[in-house]
Parts: sequence; C-alpha cells; structure tokens
Amino acid sequence: MGLLSDLMEKIFPKNKPVDPKAAPGPVTVPEPAAVPKPAAVPEPGTVPESRPEAKPAVKPGDVKVEKKPEIIETEEKPVAEKITIGHVHMSGCTGCLVSLADNYEGLFTLLDNYADLNYCLTLADVRDIPKMDVALVEGSVCINDPHSVADIKKTRENATIVVALGSCAAYGNITRFSRGGQWNQPQHESYLPIGDLIDVDVYLPACPPSPESIKNVAVMAYLLLRGTDEQKELAAAYLKPLMDLAKRGTEACGCDLMFDVINQGLCMGCGTCVATCPVRAITMVYGKPNIDSDLCIKCGACYAQCPRSFFNFDVMNQFEAIGEAIDAAMGKGDE
Amino acid sequence: MVLGNYKNCVCARAADPAILSASQDGGIVTQLFAFALEEGIIDGAVVAGQGDEPYKPEPVVATTVAELMEARGTRYTICPNVSMIKEATRSYGLDKVGIVGTPCQIQAVRKAQLYPMGMRSVGSKVALAIGIFCMENFSYQGLEAMVEDLCNVKMESASKMDIGKGKFSVYTARGAVSQIPLKLTNKFEQPGCKVCLDYVANLADVSTGSVGSPDGWSTVFVRTKAGETLWGKAIEAGYFETQSIEDVKPGLGLVTKLATDKITKNQKNLDERASFGVGKGLRNPYI
Ligand SMILES: Cc1cc2nc3c(=O)[nH]c(=O)nc-3n(C[C@H](O)[C@H](O)[C@H](O)COP(=O)(O)OP(=O)(O)OC[C@H]3O[C@@H](n4cnc5c(N)ncnc54)[C@H](O)[C@@H]3O)c2cc1C
Ligand code: SF4
Ligand code: SF4
Ligand code: SF4
Repeated sequence: MGLLSDLMEKIFPKNKPVDPKAAPGPVTVPEPAAVPKPAAVPEPGTVPESRPEAKPAVKPGDVKVEKKPEIIETEEKPVAEKITIGHVHMSGCTGCLVSLADNYEGLFTLLDNYADLNYCLTLADVRDIPKMDVALVEGSVCINDPHSVADIKKTRENATIVVALGSCAAYGNITRFSRGGQWNQPQHESYLPIGDLIDVDVYLPACPPSPESIKNVAVMAYLLLRGTDEQKELAAAYLKPLMDLAKRGTEACGCDLMFDVINQGLCMGCGTCVATCPVRAITMVYGKPNIDSDLCIKCGACYAQCPRSFFNFDVMNQFEAIGEAIDAAMGKGDE
Repeated sequence: MVLGNYKNCVCARAADPAILSASQDGGIVTQLFAFALEEGIIDGAVVAGQGDEPYKPEPVVATTVAELMEARGTRYTICPNVSMIKEATRSYGLDKVGIVGTPCQIQAVRKAQLYPMGMRSVGSKVALAIGIFCMENFSYQGLEAMVEDLCNVKMESASKMDIGKGKFSVYTARGAVSQIPLKLTNKFEQPGCKVCLDYVANLADVSTGSVGSPDGWSTVFVRTKAGETLWGKAIEAGYFETQSIEDVKPGLGLVTKLATDKITKNQKNLDERASFGVGKGLRNPYI
C-alpha cells in the first residue's frame, strides 16, 4: 500500500496483532503517554508573532506560552510546502463535497495554507486524475460503468493516501439499495464500495461526514506528510483508528452495534449511536441500542462513532490540546 | 494518570440548601449547571430526567433551573445522555450545551469532538461536560433485582439509593434503610463496565463524586481551561462552600486507591478477553 502504511510500520512497530495464545502480561495501569503533546500547527509562511493568541476571554494566566507555534526554519522547506488533495467523484450525491465546503472560512484557510485542491470535477477544471498526496473519494463505484472503474484504479495509482470520504465510498451506503433503472443510464445497477476494488488507507464514514471531521483529517494528513517528527507521530496516532476501519471491511450496518459491540460485551449504553444515526433508526431499549433495520441505510456511522468501536487513549487524553492545535491551524480561537 | 489531568482538586458542596435537599452528594452537578445557565455559559444541559418508571431515568434537555432540580440524584442504571447531545443542538436549538455523564459518556463526548464523523455542529457547542465518578452501572432489571429482591424495597417506595463504604443502600420515605454488601451487587454490573478504564471522568471539564469527601460533600476535579474558568467564577460568586481536599477524610488517597483498583481489575479483564476462546479472543476497543 501507500506511504501511510510504511509510516505506520515505522511509527508503531510494536503494534502487531495480539497473539491470543500469549499469556496475559502483568497487569499495569495504562499510562498512555506514547504520543507527544501536540505543538501548535505551524502556519506556513506566517511568523508566529503575527498570529492571534488564544481567546482573551480566558484568563491570561491560562494561555500556555509553550503552546506557541514553533518558529519555522526557512530552510525546512517541506514544512511550508502544501500538500495536494483531490476530490474524486464516484457515485455519490455530492453531499460529502458540500460537507467539505461547509467548513466555510476554514476551507479557505485549508486551501490557502495547507493544501492545493488539484482535482475536483465540481470545482476545478482538471479532466484527468493527476498525481496527488491525498485523494478524497466520494461515492461508490458503479461497476457497470467502465469510466468509473478506470477512474478508481487511476486514483489508487496516483494518490499516496486514499481516503474513503463518506459512507458510499466506504460501505456502499444508500447505493447498496440500487436496483438500476434510473434515467438515463438504466443499466447502471451494481455499485461497490471502493475498498472492494482498491486498497483504501483511511475511512471517514457517515452520511455525510461532518465538515469538522473532514477538516481534522485534512489537517492530520498535512501533518503526516509535512509536519515535524512529533507532528507526524501525532497525526499517525490520530489516523490509525480510521486506517483500522479501512482494514475492517466494506460492509456496514446498524447490526455492527450488535455483532461487534453488544454481543462482544462492550456496550455500556452511552447512546452515542442514537445521536449519530442520520435516519433515526436507533432507539435505546433496556439501555442498549435497538436498530430498526427497515430504516438503516448501512452508513456505518453508528459503529464508527461508538466509543467502544475504537477509543485510542493516547490521542483522546489530549483532546484539549489537539482541539486547540487544530483550531490554531485553522486560525480559530481568536474570536 | 489514574486520576487524569487536573488543575485542582477540592472538597465542595453547593451553597444553596434548596439544591442540597435532594442532590446525591454535594449538589455540585446541579449547582454548577444552574450557575452556568444563569451566566449564559450554557443554554441548557442534558441530564437524567425522571422517566416514566421510578428510578428509570430518561435523558432530557433541561433549559431551566427547575428542570435541573427535577433531575437531581443518582439513578444507578443506564441513562443514555449522549443520545440527546445532537438533539439539544437541533430540536432545542442550543448553541452552548452542558452534559452530565459517567466517565464512559464523557469519553463518548470527546470522541464526538475529535472524530466527529456523524456529529456535525455538535462538538463546538459542547460548552460544559461534567463527569460523575463511576465504579459500575446496572441494567434496569439488575437494579430492580438489587432493590426489590435483595433489599426487599419496592422501587416506588425508594426515596434514595447510594453506593458507599462497600454497601449499596436504599432509603425509603418512611425512614427505613436497607443495605447489602457490594459483593452481592457485582454480578448485576452491566458487561460493558468490565472493560472500563476510567473512574473519575478523566476527560470531563469538571468531574465530581462522593468518594474522598465527608457525607454531604463532594470531591471535585477541575480539569480543563473551560472548567477552570467556570469553577473560578462560581467560587467567586459564592455558589460553593469549599474545604481543602488535604484537610478532609478520607481524602484523595481513597479516590486514588479505588481508581487504581478499578483500572487494574478491568485491565486484567481486557487481557483475559484477548485469549477468551480457544485460539480466539474478544475485541479490545482500545487498540
Ligand atoms: C452509575 C453511577 C455510579 C456511580 N458511582 C460512583 C462511585 O463509585 N463513586 C462516587 O464517588 N460517585 C459515584 N457516582 C456519582 C455520585 O453518585 C453522584 O452522582 C455525584 O457525586 C454527583 O452528585 P451531586 O450531588 O453533585 O449531583 P446532583 O446535583 O445530585 O446531580 C446528579 C446529576 O447526575 C445525573 N445523573 C443521575 N443518574 C445518572 C445516570 N445514571 N447517568 C447519567 N447521569 C445521571 C442527574 O441527572 C443529575 O444531573 C456514580 C453515579 C452513577 C450514575
Ligand atoms: S454508542 Fe456504542 S457503547 Fe454507546 S450505546 Fe451505542 S453501541 Fe453502546
Ligand atoms: S443504524 Fe443508522 S447510523 Fe447505523 S448504519 Fe444504519 S443508518 Fe447508519
Ligand atoms: S463503569 Fe465505566 S462503562 Fe460502566 S457506566 Fe461507569 S463509566 Fe460507564
């Protein structure tokens, strides 16, 4: 696979699958301190002094001076270099792209400082899929359409990191229900998640994934490719569960909450899945989710959002600092 | 790390006796939400409402102090507060949401902020997440068995339930107290709690529980900048009485011990899950 997997190997060499036969090691209180504290994300081309500091509404004593962005050495060329991102449109409703755009000013900050959108049929006049660092693929692949099949293969060839942006790309989602017959290509009836045709590096499910989640992944992808070693490590830790989701498979359903959470003895009844479901297919019964299968569109968001699908303490324990770092990168935190 | 990051830890109780009259411990949760509501720091909060059956809570979005007062007191059964967090920003139209929850629920809130895939416009609106300490929780049927079968009290007669000093206690309005040792209640613990590695809501803005402080008082951890700012304002405005945690008995030592015990036990459970079957294990959500 791509660079990301190689990087992961380097960064998490110990993270081999657990040998189930191995005797349980000594009991230790988890001390998740593996990941360095996120330094503020450097804004390429800006001198730190010119950057607005954290909220004045907060007591001045709260503003940690060491959170200041590190001064970027001009020789450290790669840090200032933008990454290239492409949006590849397969069979999806453009809702994921709209969600990206719904970052509003954030989108401009992203495009000004971190990424060039070098391919996006909806917004940019580039016909052929170019080389790019990150491909955000929206939609599933219609295998009855040779162009789509060729495009997804080209995407894999040309992109370092392939992100399944949204549930159609990741899991098929509503396109799973296609029976063809739509004007003016009634023969288009078979749709597959992109992971059934190519290797996918990162999953970002939900219908559509929230603007904030796309922003976070974009910033982390930038840090992974252009950041300092510490930032790379943080970005890799952040992206790891989304990479694991990509390895987990291309089928999703509200049933995953039964199979992989409740049946596994992991559900504690927080209700996150209920809030997540875009079609309100989930209700809590006896403190556990109950899925109305007739309503479920197979987006996989409930499982991905569930704190018992993945919960990486190394990242989560730093939620405050990471949130601030992303806000700083996006020029927020000063309003 | 067993107690999480925190800026300070105090023993406190609400200054308002009306809150203390039916709060579980020092009324920290209700008092802090009420203060945040009055100050405009939150527009409302997701709390455990009374529900249709006794001690079977339902999450509600409280937008008035009266509604917060209604929701006081611990119900030792699942109340899926996070299920209302998006709804609070949608149907209720709140821009600044408060939420109270067990440590696992606060974890869910933080994941919803860091990985907000299905949580559009929710994360930035969570203005105050108050965590309550939690050793374990019970299904409603489990709680019924504990109260009705083991304690011999009808659910509708119970006026308060409490866990402390190794016992589960049920109080009735007529003054009866029924107690059973926790080793009898253990088996009713919901399975999901057996892998829980957080006792004192490490990821909350402010977290609180009874352990460590004298009866009627609460132990309070102030953890984040948002929590610190709010707590500072509330203290300044005289909303809480406080004592130094070093001066009270049993103090932080007991909190640390219980947190370590819980995490050690559940880490062991997680390790055992890895080789649960024959050459097959159960899933570990933390790797
Ligand atoms: C299942 C459970 C286990 C607990 N275990 C411990 C423990 O081991 N050690 C310890 O020190 N403290 C524990 N607590 C916390 C303790 O019982 C009190 O809730 C806490 O001290 C707050 O008291 P207070 O007087 O500040 O809050 P109050 O002002 O009385 O408000 C309590 C708040 O908690 C909410 N609430 C009540 N029940 C639930 C629920 N089931 N889920 C989510 N929110 C709820 C209410 O709506 C209310 O807003 C536990 C709480 C629960 C729910
Ligand atoms: S989000 Fe996960 S842990 Fe929470 S109620 Fe749903 S299935 Fe259970
Ligand atoms: S239950 Fe809802 S959130 Fe889960 S997969 Fe189905 S539609 Fe998606
Ligand atoms: S023990 Fe953990 S999982 Fe169980 S209710 Fe308490 S915080 Fe949640």
